[in-house]
Amino acid sequence: MMRTTLTVFFKEVLDNFRDRRTLASALLMGPIFGPVLFAFVINLSVERSLEDQESTLELPIIGQEFAPNLVAFLRSKNIDAVDGPEDLAAAMEAVKSGVHDIVLIIPEEFGEQLADTIPAKVELVSDQANTDADRDARRARSALLSYNQLLAGTRVIARGINPRALQPLNIDEVDVSTPSGRSALLLGMMSYFFVFAALMGGMYLAIDTTAGERERGSLEPLLSLPVTRDQLILGKIAATCLFMALSLTLSLLAFYVSLGFMPLEKLGMTPNFGPGVVLAALAIFLPFILVGAALMTLVASFTKSYREAQTWLSVVLIAPTMPILIVSILTLRPRLEFMFIPSLSQHLLLVDMVKNEPVNALHVTISVVSTLILGILLTWVCARLYRREGLLG
Amino acid sequence: MIRVEGIKKSFGKVRAVRGVSFDAPDGKITGLLGPNGAGKSTTLRVLYTVLKPDEGRATIDGADVVTDALAARGRIGALPHGAGLYPHLTARENIAYFARLCGLDKAEIDDRVEQIVRLLEIGDFAERRTKGFSQGQRTKVSLARALVHDPQNVILDEPSNGLDVMATRSLRELILKLKDDGRCVLFSSHVMQEVAALCDDICIVANGKVAIDDSIDGIREQTGCDDIEDAFVKAIHMVEPE
Repeated sequence: MMRTTLTVFFKEVLDNFRDRRTLASALLMGPIFGPVLFAFVINLSVERSLEDQESTLELPIIGQEFAPNLVAFLRSKNIDAVDGPEDLAAAMEAVKSGVHDIVLIIPEEFGEQLADTIPAKVELVSDQANTDADRDARRARSALLSYNQLLAGTRVIARGINPRALQPLNIDEVDVSTPSGRSALLLGMMSYFFVFAALMGGMYLAIDTTAGERERGSLEPLLSLPVTRDQLILGKIAATCLFMALSLTLSLLAFYVSLGFMPLEKLGMTPNFGPGVVLAALAIFLPFILVGAALMTLVASFTKSYREAQTWLSVVLIAPTMPILIVSILTLRPRLEFMFIPSLSQHLLLVDMVKNEPVNALHVTISVVSTLILGILLTWVCARLYRREGLLG
Repeated sequence: MIRVEGIKKSFGKVRAVRGVSFDAPDGKITGLLGPNGAGKSTTLRVLYTVLKPDEGRATIDGADVVTDALAARGRIGALPHGAGLYPHLTARENIAYFARLCGLDKAEIDDRVEQIVRLLEIGDFAERRTKGFSQGQRTKVSLARALVHDPQNVILDEPSNGLDVMATRSLRELILKLKDDGRCVLFSSHVMQEVAALCDDICIVANGKVAIDDSIDGIREQTGCDDIEDAFVKAIHMVEPE
C-alpha cells in the first residue's frame, strides 16, 4: 500500500519539477505575487501619509482682505490662502462640481463682529460626501478651531481671567494600540497571500494528476495496473500537498525578507513576524494544505479537460479567501466558532501572532484538528469519486 | 486464458455491448474484429477492469474482473486505445514507473526494463523525454510499459493504429513472439487483413454482439465467402441492428 503510494508520489513530484509551467506558478508566481503587491501598497500609503503632514494646503478664501490676521495664522499652520470664487453661490457651485474641495468665506463684517465680541461668522463650504476632500476640510476646520481658541484665550486674559478657566476638562486620550497592533490591520492581508500561494502551488499538479492525465491518455493504462485507485489518488494528493507546502514556505520566507525592506516604522507599525512566527504560521497553515489539495483534486477530477479544470480551479482559488474578506470588512474579533472554518481560523491566528498577542491554545487546537478532519474527509470523498467509472470520461 | 461470458454494458441509452462471449486461450492469438463502434473497446475495457459489466462475467486466468479485479489486473498487460505517456519523463522512466507500480523490486526493474527496451528496439530514444515522440515511438513505449511485468495475458486495443509499415511489422513479430512464449494475446482491430494474417481465432463483433467466433477457415466456410473482406462484411450483416 505504502510503496505504491510513494511510487506515485515521487513520480508526480519528479514529473512536475520538470514542468516549467507548474514550477513557475508554484514556486515563483504564488510566493512572489504577495510580497510585491504588498510592498507596493505599503510604500504608497507611507508616501501618502507623509505627504499629508508636510504638504501645504491651498485654501481658496473669499474675503481675505477682511481678516488679515486669520490668513496669517492659517499660513503658520501651513495653509496658504488663494483667491476663491466670487461669492457663496459660486463657491457652492465650485465645490459641488469638484473645482475646489473646500472654500472659506469671510464676510465683510468679520472684523466688526470680532471687535464687538459678537461671534464672528465664517463659512466653510465642503462636500461631506466627498471623502477625498474630507481630509482637507478637517485640516481647515481644526486650524479655525485653533484660531478660535487663541482669540478666546486673549480675550479672557484681557479681562484678567486665567484662560484655563475655559478648559474645565482635560481630556487625555490613551491609545492602547501598540505598533504591532496597528500592523495587524494591514498585515492581516498577509494570510490572504499565504492561502493564495499555497493553492497556486498545488493547482497545476491537481489538474495534471486528474484532468491532465485523462486528457493525455495515460489514465487508462495507469488504472489497468494491479494497484488500487485509492493508492494512486493518495500519492497524487500527497504530491500536490508537497508542492503547496513548498509554495507556502517560499511565500512565508519572501514576506519575512521583504518586510525588512518596507518602511513600516514610518506608519508606526512593527509587525511581530520573526523566524519564530514564520515557523508557527507554517505549522498553523499546514493542515489547510490538505484541505486545499483534496478540494482542488476533487474539483479537477470532475472536469473534462485541462482548460475546464483551470476555469473551475480559479473559482476554488477565491473561495477560501471569502471568509477572510468578510471578517476583515466586518472587523470581527476572533471567536471560538470561527476556529472551525478553514482559512479563516488560520487567518485569525496569524493576526493574533502578528499583533504579538497571546494565542489561545484552545483556538489553535480547534483550528488544527477541525481543518485536518475536513482535509481527511475531502480526501476520502476524492478517493470514493476516483473509483467511479465515469472518471475515464 | 481469458474467458468472456455474455457481458453487456450500456452507457445511458446507448447499449454498447449486448452480450459478448468468447474464449482467448493461452498460446494463441485471438482477434476481436469489428467496425468502429461495434463494442470492441468497451469489451476490452471490461477485461482490464476499468469498466464493470452490467451483466455477464469475465475471468482472467480464473480471476473475476469484478470481484477479484486486483488479481485480474495483475495477470494482464493492457495497451488501451490511444494510450498516452508522461511527456516530462524519459521513455525509460515511463516504463520503469509502471514496473514499480506492478510491484517489481529495484534490481528486477532495471533488468526487465533493459530486456524490454532491447526487445522492442527502444534503445535509441530510451533516454529522451517522450514529449514530441512519433506515433510509432509512443506505441512502442506504451507496449513496453504494458509488458514490463511479464504478464501472462496481453490485451491490445487497436495497437496498429497510426503505425507505419515498419512499425506494424515489428509489432506483428512481437505478437507472434508472445504467442510462442505461450501467452494469451487478445487484440482488437477493424482491419480484416491484419487480423487474418495473425490470429488463430477471430471473434467478429457488430452492434455489440458476436457475429462469428471461429478460425479464419471456419469463417470462410460459415459465410461462404473466399475473400476475407467479403466474409467480414457478410458476417457483420448477420447481426441485426438494435
